[in-house]
Amino acid sequence: MKKLTSTWYNMALVLTVISIIAAGALAYVNALTQGPIAEINQKNLQAGIKKVLCAPEAKVTATDSLLDAKGQLAAIRYTTDSGVAVQATDHNAFGGDLTVLVGFADDGSIKGYTILQSAETPGLGAKAAEWFQQGQKGSIIGMNPSKNNMTVSKDGGDVDAITASTITSRAFLRAVCQAYQQFSGQTCCDALTGASAQHTHNKQ
Amino acid sequence: MNNFKVLLNGIIKENPTFVLLLGMCPTLGTTSSAINGMSMGLATMAVLICSNLIISLIKNLIPDMVRIPSFIVVIASLVTILQMFIKAYAPDVDAKLGLFIPLIVVNCIILGRAEAFAAKRGPLASICDGIGMGLGFTLGLTLLGASRELLGTGQVFSLPVFPEQYGALVFVLAPGAFIALGYLIALVNKVRG
Repeated sequence: MKKLTSTWYNMALVLTVISIIAAGALAYVNALTQGPIAEINQKNLQAGIKKVLCAPEAKVTATDSLLDAKGQLAAIRYTTDSGVAVQATDHNAFGGDLTVLVGFADDGSIKGYTILQSAETPGLGAKAAEWFQQGQKGSIIGMNPSKNNMTVSKDGGDVDAITASTITSRAFLRAVCQAYQQFSGQTCCDALTGASAQHTHNKQ
Repeated sequence: MNNFKVLLNGIIKENPTFVLLLGMCPTLGTTSSAINGMSMGLATMAVLICSNLIISLIKNLIPDMVRIPSFIVVIASLVTILQMFIKAYAPDVDAKLGLFIPLIVVNCIILGRAEAFAAKRGPLASICDGIGMGLGFTLGLTLLGASRELLGTGQVFSLPVFPEQYGALVFVLAPGAFIALGYLIALVNKVRG
């Protein structure tokens, strides 16, 4: 078959047809994958909630979205039959957003945490997934943000930062503090106040 | 040139990473470990084979003056479809590479092969070219990822080779990508003679 010539009519026709076919294919695949994608997100969240609450089962009974002063989504609180888990995001981690899910005991001490989404450097900041767990060097499990100073030891706090990843560690602790704030209604550490944020900034 | 030669051409003689130096953005961005590099290479190969096939089939229907926008629409659709499938059926890969998958659209290997090969040749040869170039790219990314992972953390594919504290972290970070790539290109050029 001979190649179509570049007349206005041919060009408009070909581009339109290609766009329509592409849009159709995308719509079809989207309809096909929408279900499984939502299911996976739901399953991840469910597994995360169970993990951070150290409970074999945790049925979510209430979900509250909390907005910050600018009206953006700051945290989501999941109330379950075995405790409360809060999802919070810090926007100033090394790779952008860092989203954590933290489980709290009734008295406000941290039962467990997991990282839901992050873009930290592999081998450095990405260690945050293990570093702050029970038995690890920077463990925050069992700490109570109303009693402990939830900042890195470099800033005078009680938590050992990940080696060579202070920015990630600070962002992680800010997110945990934010989660605590949404859990208890109180600010936990001074890391969230403007004065201290500036202080932290200067040190970097 | 028969199809087998076309296939080998992409892996060795015109290796996209080490010889053509195409697609450097994903090459540098995703090779912090061997498995990341390999996954990115395979994802790109899947898109490349499909785009080469489709473009070689519709090449006569596309007027020359609108061929670039047409190719881009085809490639972008394929990448989006791939991303949706990865999200739905391979969530682990998505967690690692989610950010980089959309970048495949602007990978010059894909548009370059569409222009230089698929728009002139038949479907079968185009598939072979896609496989060859894709394998060459995967090989390049895996090699680079493995070198960086080994030098940076003492592991290859997460299997420990030497204790982590002797690793030079710079190789996992961005500057190490440039250094490692430079040395690998020099080495490949030496070997190719």
